[in-house]
Amino acid sequence: MKVLVAVKRVVDYKVQIRVKSDNTGVETQNVKMSVNPPDENAIEEAVKLKEQGLASETIAVSIGDEKTQDVLRTSMAMGIDRSILVKSQNPLEPLAVAKTLKKIVEKENPDLVLMGKQAIDDDSNQTGQILSALLNWPQGCFISSLKIEGNKVLISREIDEGIENLETKLPAVLTCDLRLNTPRFASLPNIMKAKKKPLDMIDIDTLEIDTSTKIKTLKVIEPPKRKAGVMVNDVKELVEKLKYEAKVI
Amino acid sequence: MTVLVIAEHDNKNLKSSTLNTISAAHKISDDIHLLIMGKNIDELSNNSKSIQLIKKIIKCDNEKLENFIPEILSPIITNLAENYSHILAPSSTFGKNLLPRISASLDITQISDIIGIESKDTFIRPIYAGNAISYVQTDQKINLITIRPTSFEKCEESGGSAQIEEIPYIDSEVSTIFVNREVSKSDRPELGNARVVVSGGRGLENSENFKLLYDLADKLNAAVGASRAAVDSGYIGNEYQVGQTGKMVAPELYIAVGISGAIQHLAGMKESKVIVAINKDLEAPIFNIADYGLSSDLFQAIPEIIKELDLLNRINS
Repeated sequence: MKVLVAVKRVVDYKVQIRVKSDNTGVETQNVKMSVNPPDENAIEEAVKLKEQGLASETIAVSIGDEKTQDVLRTSMAMGIDRSILVKSQNPLEPLAVAKTLKKIVEKENPDLVLMGKQAIDDDSNQTGQILSALLNWPQGCFISSLKIEGNKVLISREIDEGIENLETKLPAVLTCDLRLNTPRFASLPNIMKAKKKPLDMIDIDTLEIDTSTKIKTLKVIEPPKRKAGVMVNDVKELVEKLKYEAKVI
Repeated sequence: MTVLVIAEHDNKNLKSSTLNTISAAHKISDDIHLLIMGKNIDELSNNSKSIQLIKKIIKCDNEKLENFIPEILSPIITNLAENYSHILAPSSTFGKNLLPRISASLDITQISDIIGIESKDTFIRPIYAGNAISYVQTDQKINLITIRPTSFEKCEESGGSAQIEEIPYIDSEVSTIFVNREVSKSDRPELGNARVVVSGGRGLENSENFKLLYDLADKLNAAVGASRAAVDSGYIGNEYQVGQTGKMVAPELYIAVGISGAIQHLAGMKESKVIVAINKDLEAPIFNIADYGLSSDLFQAIPEIIKELDLLNRINS
């Protein structure tokens, strides 16, 4: 079984982001960038499948500029065998990302595609579902548990009401919740080893897909700030304030 | 210009997220159709006729639609799509799971999780866990949108008399089999639309201690929520998680207990009207957005609050 993992390079989750002063977007220059957190869970799951002898090869794919190589090196330091960077100067919308991934799937013929359930920058939560539909493969979204038995795939999905258990078949597209597993840290020797692993680059133009922007961003602004509140001294004061000042109890 | 709202329901009742979505649709057009796909939904469809804002109910009833497998639902939507200028679904796990498949079949980029509508083609959505707000515009022939339920009022469920149009089920070959759903039963209000939410974090230390929060919640007729840390630690189920990768809530009163306030958690609750933070760590970032902060040991504070509430109730009765 061949496993393809889609990885996005995003502003690190610990960074307090800043809206650009001209309101065209969010500052991403000179900001720490990392692997999108739920994509790390996808990487971890792929590496585990390899360790369990279920996966024969694991491949990471990302889309972005030259710098995006860093998240692929991280993926390989975590245990991914090789990677592919689809070079694109412009950020892509989820539909174009899914079309790009479809091209890579057609090239690599994986049996399973894993990725995070959403990217923490644009919070769209679309790419896995679109890819599943484009490939006409089953989709399993927001999974917190995965079992593969031969051709059979058993998943638990996190839904608003609790957990949903599904059974489906390979090939499939699965999107990972943060609770699927605990991503490992890359050890120093593995970081060194990852530098020698293959990283192929493909220019997005050679894939002949429509990557034009369909959604225009008119402006990006700071969210309204909450007014600073007050500290209360004790429970009695808190309950009084809630009752007589805020009038919410 | 007609808007299609995709109903989220449990084959018996509409979820409140559907009512929020109908209100959002009303900001775009007066001509709104509601698509209900499910199993044995005669009663559900008939009951939905009374929603005043709905002009027509489109009903697709088939046993295969019982569990809302997105691969089975999506061809039905795609088949109707060309009649509509906008297709809306709530950005619940139901809508998130489903609508991107329509994006694929129609070759239209979807706009996710909007919190406001500027005009029929311009929408407001949070990005970066709500730390930035983006205004986006599209001139695609169909606007494919998921809406954040807490950002729109629930529509009225009475006063209407919509007609019902039954459409045939479209059979599709799908290899996914529904096994079961593990749903925790609770008499408390639904987290997504409760007036009061009491949330616990890592400070609760274990699942036993969450009982304290349940007691407090019951006094306030509140829903219970949790931070990701508490869910990850197994104190409480995933369906209680509030935050960027969990549920979005905007109650009148949000009480954060033993929650430090990571930006990912704030993303899910900072639209609450009044925020109370109870944490013994005075440096906890939750205090920066709280209207009322109490720096105290929660194991002392919560029983005291319950006692004070009892006292208030006695005075008032």
